[in-house]
Amino acid sequence: MINEPFAIGNSIIHRIDPRIKIVAGTLFSIVVAVSYRFPTLLSALVMAGGLILAAHLDLRAVTKRLLVVAGFLVLLWVVMPLTFEGPSLYRIGPLTITRPGVTLAAQISLKSLAILTAFTALITTMNFSALGHALDRLRLPGKLVHLLLLTYRYVFVIEQEYGRLVRAAKVRGFRSKTNLHTYKTIAYLIAMLFVRSAARADRVDHAMRCRGFNGRFYCLTDFPRHWRNWVFGSLMMALILGLGAIEVLSVKC
Amino acid sequence: MNKKPIIELEGICFSYPGGTPVLRDLALSLYEKEHIGLIAPNGSGKTTLFHVIMGLIKPDAGCITAFGRKVSGEKDFIEVRRRVGLLFQDADDQLFSPTVLEDVAFGPLNLGKSRDEAIEISRKTLSFLGLAGFEERITIKLSGGEKRLVALATVLAMEPKVLLLDEPSAGLDEATKHRLVHTLKALDISYLIVSHEFDFLSEVTDKIYTLQNGRIEIDATPRIHEHVHAHAYGEQPHRHQ
Repeated sequence: MINEPFAIGNSIIHRIDPRIKIVAGTLFSIVVAVSYRFPTLLSALVMAGGLILAAHLDLRAVTKRLLVVAGFLVLLWVVMPLTFEGPSLYRIGPLTITRPGVTLAAQISLKSLAILTAFTALITTMNFSALGHALDRLRLPGKLVHLLLLTYRYVFVIEQEYGRLVRAAKVRGFRSKTNLHTYKTIAYLIAMLFVRSAARADRVDHAMRCRGFNGRFYCLTDFPRHWRNWVFGSLMMALILGLGAIEVLSVKC
Repeated sequence: MNKKPIIELEGICFSYPGGTPVLRDLALSLYEKEHIGLIAPNGSGKTTLFHVIMGLIKPDAGCITAFGRKVSGEKDFIEVRRRVGLLFQDADDQLFSPTVLEDVAFGPLNLGKSRDEAIEISRKTLSFLGLAGFEERITIKLSGGEKRLVALATVLAMEPKVLLLDEPSAGLDEATKHRLVHTLKALDISYLIVSHEFDFLSEVTDKIYTLQNGRIEIDATPRIHEHVHAHAYGEQPHRHQ
């Protein structure tokens, strides 16, 4: 089961129109992704942290999620300083740690952390159907929105189906080992999952056609207007523009 | 009966590619406000029969008349689907929207109702089924019985003239089954129920047929059979209601 623990809440961030949060999160990510100056990246990280605080999220849970990325970053810190060419910073025996390597690793770390933190604060604070409908209202192609919502709906069913298959194998004494029997069994399991998912998709299609589906989803959610949205939207825009300004100015210096 | 049937099947034959025939020269008439039960063993073609009526699969032979018109192509069946509701055996196939309200409103919206009308109809249908307050529930997090009732709501929200129910009582506990019986009895539309629970069918239908060898048969022969039951203090003289 995929849980959405951050979607439940009543903070100022939770009450903002999902569309504004999506737009703000996207713009923020783009600006951060193309920036290279440390002042910009550090300000971005601080801004993302501020959003987390404003959303009143459980800091321990947020850290846990960020640790997933940390694993990837550790790998980066091991590889980048050693493999990147440039003036050396430090020597350990035959190994050379290069200055541009360290810089790049630091930039990538800051960028990914800032973007992930901002997305945690802005996007995970809405539930999945709100996300789908907000994207629909933002004029994202309908097919993509349907794909997203139906995937979310059926990923659980497929996961349950997978669980059933695995249990069925286990109760008959299956234990995975490194041998042909294991590979074959797992291949069968995956193939069966595909077959079942396809059959399920057919039945869902039938059910939808029986209820008059004509290729269009209608959205029931209303996004009420509120001054809060405008204030938040303008503030986010100003901050994002500020980040851009820091980047441009520090390049010129 | 002088009235014309609202749904009539004649000489329907169907076999899956490479398989033995599932339906053989099947005939069925459903009249207005008629409640028919169909006892069908597994693999007897009950789901196939429903899919043929809804135009989801095309029979190899035979003709279907619905609401006084012969129907054959996809276009005709779109009209049939507006007036005939089918409850699927697996509610997970039927509920595909994130929330209950959205799922129930899906049908009315497809029928061209406005958003407010659709919400209004959905709320009414849900409260008719005793599901008021379920609107914002997430469909995947419902229990099996709740899913079945919500699936029934999604079908009823389209205000069908005919209801086709595929094993509606399977896997339900006594309380939910009772609710289902109560709901079906309160409906004044025709329905056709496939089930293999005789007790359930006898409670909610007027006629019971069997689906055997790809045909619908009336089995009205009385047969002698025995009843056995057991419970605590069973040796004491007692009455059953």
